[in-house]
Amino acid sequence: MPTFHFELGELPPAAEALRAEVREFLRAELHEHTPAQRARSWGGFDREFSRKMGARGWIGMTWPTRYGGRERSALERYVVLEETLAAGAPVSAHWVADRQSGPLLLRFGTEAQRQRFLPAIARGELAFAIGMSEPDSGSDLASIRTRAERVAGGYRVNGTKVWTSNAHISDYMIALFRTQHDAAKKHEGLTQFLVDPKSPGITINPIIDLRGAHHFNMVVFEDAFVPEAMRVGEEGAGWKQVTTELAFERSGPERYLSSLALILELIREVGKVPGERAAAVVGRLVAHLATLRQMSLSVAGMLEAGQNPNLEAAVVKDVGTTFEQEVPEIVHALLGVEPTNDTGTHLQQVLGYLTQSAPSFSLRGGTREILRGIIARGLGLR
Amino acid sequence: MNELRAILSDVVTRLFTERVTRELSEAAEQGEWPGALWQAVEENGLTLPLVPEAKGGAGGTWGDAYVVVSAAGRHAVPLPLPETIVASWLLVAAGLDVPLGPLTVAPVQRDERLKLVRRDGGLRLDGTAARVPWGRAAKHVVVVDETDGRATVALVAAGGARVTRDTNLAREPRDTLAFVGAPVLAAAPAAGLPHDAVRLHGALVRAAQMAGGLEAILALATRYATERRQFGKPIGQFQAIQQGLAVLAGHAAAAGMAAANAFRAADRRDPWFETAVAKARVGEAAGIGASIAHQVHGAIGFTYEHQLQFVTRRLWSWRAEFGGESEWATLLGRSVAERGAETLWPFLAAR
Repeated sequence: MPTFHFELGELPPAAEALRAEVREFLRAELHEHTPAQRARSWGGFDREFSRKMGARGWIGMTWPTRYGGRERSALERYVVLEETLAAGAPVSAHWVADRQSGPLLLRFGTEAQRQRFLPAIARGELAFAIGMSEPDSGSDLASIRTRAERVAGGYRVNGTKVWTSNAHISDYMIALFRTQHDAAKKHEGLTQFLVDPKSPGITINPIIDLRGAHHFNMVVFEDAFVPEAMRVGEEGAGWKQVTTELAFERSGPERYLSSLALILELIREVGKVPGERAAAVVGRLVAHLATLRQMSLSVAGMLEAGQNPNLEAAVVKDVGTTFEQEVPEIVHALLGVEPTNDTGTHLQQVLGYLTQSAPSFSLRGGTREILRGIIARGLGLR
Repeated sequence: MNELRAILSDVVTRLFTERVTRELSEAAEQGEWPGALWQAVEENGLTLPLVPEAKGGAGGTWGDAYVVVSAAGRHAVPLPLPETIVASWLLVAAGLDVPLGPLTVAPVQRDERLKLVRRDGGLRLDGTAARVPWGRAAKHVVVVDETDGRATVALVAAGGARVTRDTNLAREPRDTLAFVGAPVLAAAPAAGLPHDAVRLHGALVRAAQMAGGLEAILALATRYATERRQFGKPIGQFQAIQQGLAVLAGHAAAAGMAAANAFRAADRRDPWFETAVAKARVGEAAGIGASIAHQVHGAIGFTYEHQLQFVTRRLWSWRAEFGGESEWATLLGRSVAERGAETLWPFLAAR
């Protein structure tokens, strides 16, 4: 049977030594954060926090030193990530770049692009957005229609991107455009670009989410100019690059920790001596959490070993998002307290935030159905 | 995977693939003891991964034993192999010699106790234990009881018990053993052994067996989905089937990780936490996984004729043995609540 394989991961002593340092830093930085703020974690956008992470050397930390990296191991980066997310730190001003834009430029960017962007990313000074989805292209990403046509010195872009998180507050966007159109070969003719969202011809319109918050945007390109020097990789290589990039996005430990803040509030609520039913609920959640951490660590170990654990990462993401998505349901079923927006107890607020965020857990970074399709392919069914 | 594990893996896969035939499985369900298979297992050293080389074993670790125990689950081997491995380890932990032949452990139920008592100038065993795995087939029973405030491991002859036969859903022997002053053949205190060592390590091996069983039913269901055709194509080409098998694959992967991690923990420290996690998580995966595998197989998987049920009936029994998910989850939840929310993440991250 063609299938995937998980081996137990193991963190080296150097990574464990780093953990204490990261924890101490986070304790000092976040001591005033409420549980509801911590629940936002990767919704939180805080440039000052990101610059401090950069100053510590914890952004782009696996990259070569000549690009501002620290040449640390993937497992050391894993420790920084899991500690940051478990603490509910506001990471979104740096971590798209840390996780996918930076690695993308490192692998496919020109030398000039690497020198210009990577050190600034590593300092925590550059926030990135990702422009992939379009109004008519979500899961069927290869069907995108935004056109980049060659003009003198670069490209002229026309079209629309949607669900572009943080485009309105980011410094750059990495966008996927169509440079050639052949209906029979939709995976060809796609190319990635570095886009300055403040350029002429680009309009950013907010899309308000169901909670009333603004992080999504619709980004409209009307004869926007993108210089040749901002093309990432060869023309037409976009699909392969995007697939690689999505693998970076999917492999991290964040895919099971989104609801940790609620699990912690639940434990506080049930107290030191919980009743049998509450104890069983807490125990089951912890059994899932502990297992997912081992799965996530296993993927990190494969990345460190230079393997390509795309399938395993898809499995962890599917199992992890299913888990983090069910946590608000389980807490509701056990306690029945009313979820709130910004009033009430910490528990109510965290429950309110996560109940309303949970639908996105199995959408972002590839829907549950797409991921399960990837897993089915790994099983040899497709 | 280290060298010993690679060798063990080859040996168990070859042996079980060749020898655990349909005829053998059916005969075992009819009550026949697969003596020739047991002999082959014993001759290949598979019962002794945890016994030191000085005592004739492989001198291995729980991590090595995981290879054997998960394979026993994957192949639905009708032998007390996991029980013998646990019993041998308990004997070794107390510095006792390990006899040849099948072993089992008791008691396995939560509120039962087999008492070691000093009588007539020697140690004797009193009490009744129900649902003892392979009680009728075992040559010896290993028990752990408290004497003088210390966990003591004792070896008794299974012949010293009155046996009332019963089976689990998979028709594996689960017998009631009644001991009345049965002579203890050997006993010694085991430093550091928890009083619930039998149940704990029973849960540990059942988790690994179930993880192996989940691998097996994932393979069976995946193969069936590529062979069975309806509406002019293999059913595995339908998204509904693909999505179900992807869910099964996720549970199988989680089960393997949880169980393997508990075995690793057993090599390093008291594996209570990881074992509780494994029994709760793998047991849940077993129920969901069995349900999906049957759905994919349709009616044919519901027949005795088909191989699937040899595994799924075991999963349904094993998840309840040595404590079901709710029992372990409750214990786990209490221990987590007692330590408090602040310690949860540091505790998890240290494992």
